[in-house]
Amino acid sequence: MSDVNARIGEIVNKNDIVLFMKGTALFPQCGFSSRAIAILEHLGVPYETVDVLQDMEIRQGIKSYSDWPTIPQLYVKGEFVGGSDIMMEMYEAGELHQLITDSGIAAQS
Amino acid sequence: MAMPASEIENLIRAALPDADVQITDLAGDGDHYAAHVVSAAFAGKPRVAQHKMVYEALGGRMGGELHALQLTTAVPN
Repeated sequence: MSDVNARIGEIVNKNDIVLFMKGTALFPQCGFSSRAIAILEHLGVPYETVDVLQDMEIRQGIKSYSDWPTIPQLYVKGEFVGGSDIMMEMYEAGELHQLITDSGIAAQS
Repeated sequence: MAMPASEIENLIRAALPDADVQITDLAGDGDHYAAHVVSAAFAGKPRVAQHKMVYEALGGRMGGELHALQLTTAVPN
């Protein structure tokens, strides 16, 4: 358990924006993951994804890491931001863009 | 693994008695829902905390028995 926490900690701290999802950005395997990718694409920011379907340890571990029961999960600068519903609410309110800008992450040109 | 909308509503109301809960069955299959929960208990709490309160009310069913619940939360006006 602590090993997987360390692995997740390394992933979220190494990547400014990382989405733990089912499937890949190109082929999301779940509607919620697909929606999360669509939001990140709209924002035009660089991001990494982790396909939890390829890693059972992370698939379970990520839920206790953030104390959040579902996937996808978005992390910005190592901090858990939320799942796809929160991403959508924040996106619509302009808060997600704000959070990313405030974190010093530039949009891709 | 379907779950009736009334059961979701009852679980949320049991934890948040003042809550106004609106459940929509998105696919008509009793398995894909949207819930909008309005409660004064959310006041001053960040969104993640608000959603966690609803997930806690659902007692671990989220992500298991209940696969698809689109959740939005708000504080009463």
